[in-house]
Amino acid sequence: MQEFNLKELGKRAIQLLVSLFVLLTVTFVIGRVLPADPVGAIVGELADPAAFEAMRQRLGLDLPLYQQFFLYIKALLHGDLGTAILTGNPVMQDLSTAFPATLELATLAVIISTVVGVPLGMAAAIFRDTLIDRIARVLSLVGHSIPVFWFGIVGLVIFYAGLSWVGGPGRVDTYLEGLVEPKTGLLLIDSLLAGDTEVFWSAVNHIILPACILAYSAMAYITRMTRSFTLEQLNQDYVVAARAKGASSSRIVIGHILPNIAVQLITVLAISYGSLLEGAVVTEIVFSWPGIGQYMTNALMIGDMNAVVAGTLVIGLIFMVLNFLADLAYVLLDPRTREAS
Amino acid sequence: MTEAKMIVQHNALHQGAGRFYRSLQKSIDKLTREPLGMLGFAVLALLILVAIFAPWIAPYSPITQNLPQALQPPSWTHLAGTDEFGRDILSRLIYGARITIQTVLSVTVIVGPVGLIIGVVAGFAGGRTDAILMRATDIVLSFPSLILALAFAAALGAGLGTAIIAISLTGWPPIARLARAEALIVRNTDYVAAARLYGASPLRLLFLYIAPMCIPSVVVRLTMNMAGIILTAAALGFLGLGAQPPSPEWGAMISSGRKFMIDNWWVAVMPGIAILLTSLAFNLVGDALRDLLDPRHARS
Repeated sequence: MQEFNLKELGKRAIQLLVSLFVLLTVTFVIGRVLPADPVGAIVGELADPAAFEAMRQRLGLDLPLYQQFFLYIKALLHGDLGTAILTGNPVMQDLSTAFPATLELATLAVIISTVVGVPLGMAAAIFRDTLIDRIARVLSLVGHSIPVFWFGIVGLVIFYAGLSWVGGPGRVDTYLEGLVEPKTGLLLIDSLLAGDTEVFWSAVNHIILPACILAYSAMAYITRMTRSFTLEQLNQDYVVAARAKGASSSRIVIGHILPNIAVQLITVLAISYGSLLEGAVVTEIVFSWPGIGQYMTNALMIGDMNAVVAGTLVIGLIFMVLNFLADLAYVLLDPRTREAS
Repeated sequence: MTEAKMIVQHNALHQGAGRFYRSLQKSIDKLTREPLGMLGFAVLALLILVAIFAPWIAPYSPITQNLPQALQPPSWTHLAGTDEFGRDILSRLIYGARITIQTVLSVTVIVGPVGLIIGVVAGFAGGRTDAILMRATDIVLSFPSLILALAFAAALGAGLGTAIIAISLTGWPPIARLARAEALIVRNTDYVAAARLYGASPLRLLFLYIAPMCIPSVVVRLTMNMAGIILTAAALGFLGLGAQPPSPEWGAMISSGRKFMIDNWWVAVMPGIAILLTSLAFNLVGDALRDLLDPRHARS
């Protein structure tokens, strides 16, 4: 069994490497080949000729393309993503402060969508064609169709402007900003570590709306998939057998069905997590959330390709690694892939 | 072609046509029992009519500014209110339907044939060609499509054309996978074997015998993709990477309305309702089509 796994894992790992290479190539093309004036795109149109020439030299734009590509990869391996025009900082540094904000938002969203979506999907399957199934279907249909950035605006209009239930844009109330030392960059955790409950509750108040709104779009997918996985299991003989033996419904669901769909669910959750990171990009703009999405969009407005490309790389990398981990879970945990060679 | 062969072919065609109409009739019967699907079709039909007859339906110009009338709430004179330049939002939404439909159709026209050809060639050729094409498909599938579209649009410069290309670049893999699966089934059928025996060339087999059989399910899949295309296009428009102002693109309208959302909610909310209804309609139609054409997915 272990041999199969190793072989399968090796195959997936090679696939991941190839994907990463393609991602590098694509971002290289986007950053250096497609723009009519790559140097201008990096140093800005108003840069003086000396800076322009220096950047041209540094990028090696007088070299053939394949050598440029090697230079690009070499710089990446040294963690050098270039300098952002907007902030004047190395892009790497900007990203490392922006990324935790996105991560916090997407993680909370994936937790909410799992906690709500999985039970809802299972209930919809068990009580098929009843009211709860219909509600689940309508909820997931609307979730598939709603533009998430617009939903964010509607949420702000109702819950912030109208009812004042939640905090507005940003991660905390303005007067609390920067009070807590960023150890992890995740504000909820940092404020707890510092024991500052005021900041913590303010952060909760600000993150809850964007997280719920992001979670809803992912929940649509999770509910739908959980429902169909559970339906598949309900028709299996072992469920009938368990029922015949007198197992209670809750026991069948938690003890028998859940473990059987767990592997498939992990894949779904990994995919959702990836798409949540992506969805966070547009949601962040609505909520002035200082994450990668807002960073990339601000860079976009002034044509700062270094920052755009770096953001694409980071999100693409996470996306692929998540896909890979989902595959890995499948190979490691699902007995069916173990037996098949 | 001998006369006998022609007659046989004619009869086959005739029978085929009859069967087609009968199954169409059956599908329509089934559809009438699927109220949500019907609703989706109705909304789409309405949207297409609105897009075609926009100049006759729209009560005001979508572009002419009328500053004294700026930011009026919804009323009988302006059913959806006016925006910051005093333009009637309903009229802009009506003209915006044209942009939405143009985007969806353009992406579909690019993605459909590309996906179909890649998938069918992979499924038909098998072996190394199949492996390479499918690896490529998997890789593109593992890209974050919105982010990549964003980066492409940023590099090529904003505009509706760029947005269409950017969405298409990552849109073909699901189609290719489906077409491959279909081609794998079709290539083993008797009539393909018969055609091969008659000496049909691989290209002929591919395009006249196998690809046509894959088209129906590809079309269904394309319909189901349309909701996603609308949302991605709206997101790009929202980020300022789609059609440029003053053109009434729905996503861009939300973006400009965002500045006034607290006091003048309708400017940002109305275009979103249009997007939501349209993509909901596409999802409903996609679901209904899948249920109709694929008995495995039938819900009851």
